Amino acid sequence: MTTLAETAPGILQVTDRKSARAFVDTHIVPYADAYDRQGRVPEELLERMTAAGLWAPFLPRDTGGGGMDLVTLGEVHEEVGRGCSSVRSLLTVHTMVSWAVQRWGSPAQREQWVPALGRGDVLAAFCLSEPGAGSDASGIATNVVEKNGGWVLNGVKKWITNGQRADLFLVFARTATSIGAFLVPRDSPGVEVTPIEDMLGTRASMIAEISFRDVALGPDALLGPSGFTAGMVLTGTLDLGRYSVATGSVGIIQAALEACAAYASRRTVGGSLLKDLPLIQAKLSDMVTDARAARLLVAEAGRLKDAGEASTIMATWVAKYFASTAAARHASEAVQIHGANGCGHDYPVARLYRDAKVMEIIEGSNEIQRITIASQAEREII
Amino acid sequence: MSANTKEQILDFVRARYPQAEIDETQDIFALGFVNSLFAMELVMFIEKTFEVTIPNDELKIDNFRSANTMAELVDRLSPARV
Repeated sequence: MTTLAETAPGILQVTDRKSARAFVDTHIVPYADAYDRQGRVPEELLERMTAAGLWAPFLPRDTGGGGMDLVTLGEVHEEVGRGCSSVRSLLTVHTMVSWAVQRWGSPAQREQWVPALGRGDVLAAFCLSEPGAGSDASGIATNVVEKNGGWVLNGVKKWITNGQRADLFLVFARTATSIGAFLVPRDSPGVEVTPIEDMLGTRASMIAEISFRDVALGPDALLGPSGFTAGMVLTGTLDLGRYSVATGSVGIIQAALEACAAYASRRTVGGSLLKDLPLIQAKLSDMVTDARAARLLVAEAGRLKDAGEASTIMATWVAKYFASTAAARHASEAVQIHGANGCGHDYPVARLYRDAKVMEIIEGSNEIQRITIASQAEREII
Repeated sequence: MSANTKEQILDFVRARYPQAEIDETQDIFALGFVNSLFAMELVMFIEKTFEVTIPNDELKIDNFRSANTMAELVDRLSPARV
C-alpha cells in the first residue's frame, strides 16, 4: 500500500518555527476541535507528520534524523501545541522514547529502533504511570524478573499517551535492585491495550491502560545501564518530556491570546468593542507578557540542553512550572473573555482550558515541581 | 591523572553542595549526596567539561565514588595525548 508520506510532495518539511507554524495552520488548527470530539488523531495526520519529518527531527543525521537543535525543537513543539495539545502530546512521548534509545541504547538497539523512530515508521509511548503511582515513580509496582537469560514482565501501566496507537513501549519496571527501562514491542504476547476514553483534556491523545502478563523479553530489552545509574534513564527522559510540555504550554498561551485578540476585535458590548475595554486589555496584556516570559524560560532550558549543561534540569523544571500554570490561568481567562461562547464548540478556548489543566499534572505534577525547585534552591543557596 | 581534572570535579560537587566539606578521596555516596538527579548532573558535567562520552559499561558506581575515581574515568576515556 502506498502511504501519504510517499505520495504527498506538497507537504512541507518542518525544519524550524516558521515551517512548523505553516504546517500547523494548514493541517492541525482547522481540525483540532474535531479531533477533540472524536477522541483521536486520524491516521491521515500521523502520515502527514511523517511526511513532514516531525516525529524526531533532533536525531543525529547519521541515523537518518535532521540533527535539529533542542531550542528549535522546542519552537516546533510550541507551534504544534498552539494548534493541538493532543498532537503535541503524541510528539512528546515519541520524542522521549526516541531520545532515550539514541542516548542509552546499545549499538544493536539503536540500529534496530532509531531510524524507524526517526522516520515515524514506529511510533512510541512512554510507560511510567500506574493505577497506584503517578509522579511518585518510586511507587511503581510493575516488575521484571530475570529468567532464561532474558526477562519476564508483569504489571499494569495507566494514562499512557498514544498507548492506543504506539508500536513500541518504553516500560519502567522494578528489577531486583532498582528501576529499569525496557523496550517492549506492542505485539509481544501478553501485552493488552485498553483505551481510556472521555478524558478531561488532551482527549485525542489516544490514552490507554496497558497490561503486561508474563511478557517474555530478550536480554536486549533492557535499555541503558543497570545499578546506580539506572535512574538516569528515567531522569533524563522525563527532563526532555517536561521540556516538551513546557513548550506546549507556551503554545496554549499563544493560542488563547490569538483567539481572544480575534474575538475581542469583533465582539461588542454596550456599543464598544471588547478590545477597547480596560479589563479585557488587562487580560490580554497579561497573556502577552506571560507568553513572552514563558517562551524565554523554555528557550533558556533548550539552550542549556544544547550546550550539555547540567543546569538544564533545574531550568526545565522552572520553565514547565511557570509555563503550565500560566497556561491554565490564561486559558481560564480566555473562556471568561468569550463568555457563553467560550463554553461551547464554536470557539477553541474550552478545549484550551481543558488541555491546560492537564499540563499542570503531567511529567511531574506542579506540586512535585515546586518541591523539587525548592529543594534544589536549598541545596545550592542555603 | 590531572590535578586540574580533580579540582574541576570537586568545584562542581561543592557548587551543588556548598555546605559539604569534601576532598578528592571522599566517597560522595557515603556522604549521602547522590540521587538519580545528581547522578545525571554528574554525567552531564563530566561529558561536557572533559569532552568525553561515558559508555553504559562505565556507568558503574565505583567510577563515581570520589573525585579521584571520576578523574581516572576521564583519563581512561580521553584520547591519548602525545
